Amino acid sequence: MALLQIAEPGMGANPHQHRLAVGIDLGTTNSLVATVRSGLSVVLNDEAGRALLPSVVRYVAEGAHEVGYPAQALQSKDPHNTVVSVKRFMGRGLKDIANAGETPYRFVDALGMVQLRTVAGVKSPVEISAEILRELRGRAEQALDGDLVGAVITVPAYFDDAQRQATKDAARLAGLNILRLLNEPTAAAVAYGLDNGSEGVFAVYDLGGGTFDISILRLQRGVFEVLATNGDSALGGDDFDQRIFCWILEQAKLPPLGPHDSRLLLTKAREAKEALTEHPQANITAMLTSGAALDLTLDGKIFAEITQGLVNKTLQPTRKALRDAGLSVEDVKGVVMVGGATRMPHIQRAVAEFFHTEPLNNLDPDKVVALGAAIQANVLAGNRGGDDWLLLDVIPLSLGIETMGGLVEKIVPRNSTIPVGRAQEFTTFKDGQTAMGFHVVQGERELVSDCRSLARFELRGIPPMVAGAARIRVTFQVDADGLLNVMAREKSTGTETSVVVKPSYGLSDDEVTAMLQDSQNHAHDDMTARALRENLVEAERLLEATLSALAEDGEQLLTPEERAAIDAHIEALRGVLPRNDAQEIRQAMDALNRETEFFAARRMDANVRNVLTGHRLTELEEN
Amino acid sequence: MQLDFGKNYFDLFGLAPSFQLDTPALEQHYREIQLQVHPDKFVHAADADRRLSMQWATYVNEAYQALKHPLSRARYLLQINGVDTEEERNTAMPAEFLMQQMQWREAIGEAETASDIDALERLAANLRAESRGLQARLADALDVDKDYTAAAGSVRMMKFLEKLGEEINRVLDTLET
Repeated sequence: MALLQIAEPGMGANPHQHRLAVGIDLGTTNSLVATVRSGLSVVLNDEAGRALLPSVVRYVAEGAHEVGYPAQALQSKDPHNTVVSVKRFMGRGLKDIANAGETPYRFVDALGMVQLRTVAGVKSPVEISAEILRELRGRAEQALDGDLVGAVITVPAYFDDAQRQATKDAARLAGLNILRLLNEPTAAAVAYGLDNGSEGVFAVYDLGGGTFDISILRLQRGVFEVLATNGDSALGGDDFDQRIFCWILEQAKLPPLGPHDSRLLLTKAREAKEALTEHPQANITAMLTSGAALDLTLDGKIFAEITQGLVNKTLQPTRKALRDAGLSVEDVKGVVMVGGATRMPHIQRAVAEFFHTEPLNNLDPDKVVALGAAIQANVLAGNRGGDDWLLLDVIPLSLGIETMGGLVEKIVPRNSTIPVGRAQEFTTFKDGQTAMGFHVVQGERELVSDCRSLARFELRGIPPMVAGAARIRVTFQVDADGLLNVMAREKSTGTETSVVVKPSYGLSDDEVTAMLQDSQNHAHDDMTARALRENLVEAERLLEATLSALAEDGEQLLTPEERAAIDAHIEALRGVLPRNDAQEIRQAMDALNRETEFFAARRMDANVRNVLTGHRLTELEEN
Repeated sequence: MQLDFGKNYFDLFGLAPSFQLDTPALEQHYREIQLQVHPDKFVHAADADRRLSMQWATYVNEAYQALKHPLSRARYLLQINGVDTEEERNTAMPAEFLMQQMQWREAIGEAETASDIDALERLAANLRAESRGLQARLADALDVDKDYTAAAGSVRMMKFLEKLGEEINRVLDTLET
């Protein structure tokens, strides 16, 4: 049995080979990519040595586009076609976007998610975000000289299901294999906690360009347990720019401005905000298209005054998160500051005052999320060092179902540790009712109209009964990415229907495929070849995983007959690999998967049993 | 799943079924089991393993949540002993307790009108003390006397207190906004 295995040239079957994985911080203002190299998490720079990629995409005629600094440089000149802060539009309808009228974009209110009209055609936020991700993927593949096994992409903890789904779609569109969607504050805590070997309760205060998150975590013996999270997915550094912008208009008594001047003054506002981090005051000078010259001075005190309301808006969710965690300020051992916006001195002061402790700033607030994501990506990719720690995250917002009268029945409460499953029974309203409509919503309010609508679906084929007699069990399952799956089942007949919740906002697989085919960068990419390549990689992974499971537990947990059946399927899969037929490989994989299902269940049982047996032994020894 | 030791939550964590619980042991065993079954450990595994991992991690989370909080732990202990806590139907309460409930509600209402955050926080602290008293009674009823009828009554009272706590938090949220 113990034959030596020799990999085919180019198949890369060495199980201990370092797998290339990255962490990506897809930010409102800037994005970064990081990886673990020689045991250290590092940000990958561009060719000019810059870590940050401005999250700016500029479309030019003929479907071409540019991303990052070149796009940012032209944002005042070409405001309609240069998209900044696209993250604010992810999974959002036009009515959800604050200040939509003040942005220079030509919005198209498409079903579910807003779209933007550019010179290169109408673009969805998912497509625009995918351009940023593709740029970072290219940077990483060049720097690491190889294909990526996968990526961990961070999202604000307070992102709802629609926003998460949109992020996942963007990653798929950029050709990235998503290992996990990771909450930004949790990623920061990983980077911070592992660096400092800390234990205890920590708060992560994360004020990004367009989102605010507060997470309360407990770090204990290598487990990062998120106790509560809260935030505001439409509050960030951009809003501070906006306040300065309004202050400029007021001080200079300017009439409503055109898109060029608006963009210019917003840029000046941002520069003034950044200058105030280092200096007591900032000069704001600009030449408007009308020829009028602008020359103002903003000092730190006025800046703090005009933005006090925004600072307070971050402290409300902070109080709520502490309350949800059942903790008070005194229980918090340290506060980790994340996001470039936390550099503002009056934010630092407000947080220090609130928590009665100086915030921790020893990691670069712009990089800490990407660094943490890279550490998690390295572990999830199966590289070493991941056996001893674990992230236990939560869902930020409650999930529920609409009931009679437009009220929400909460099924999964916010701050539930994921993965989480919950079921609730519903019944029919009318005699003989054979179908039932379900409306899935997310949010904390009691009225459906105040919550976010995630999906609608119907269960048909309910046998006719008197009202209230049918028993319909609705099951919510939230996976480790925080994404929801809903299933409804009528108990007496077993009539069943299930949805992956995405119809309202997400893209269907067909849409993603169509977009992939449309996308210029992939015009040469043959979809069949791609499917084959993916299946080959997956088959290698499956063989490797199965063989290592057999090596570890095959002896104890399988009878010789069972072992022989599995071995036969392994040989069958190996046999079809050289034939390079994607479908045949898929079938052989499915067959092997089916054959090993009971073995997997036995292994899982044995693992849990071992944990407990280990305890009983130590407890006996202690006594 | 084919776990026989998972037939009840206490078995899953290797703990004796009682209301008085070794909380650090529960937390430690929870973490250790999650380290074995969590989906993060199965990102590259076969489909069957990934599916099982999610089912297991979901189940372990559910069990942990049920045992971690005193109210749900008491409810669960009664459930495995075949006692329904009748929280929706049985509203019979000692007159004294109901009287106190009304006083609580009034106090919360007054604090809301006066926007008195300190008063609400004092109320929350009193409520926690009250809840600790009920927990002591539950420990006696469930672990010592095995008086499940009395325990079910205490569970119903605790449910009342939990709702009051939620109400205080709701008012605090609105006052702080």
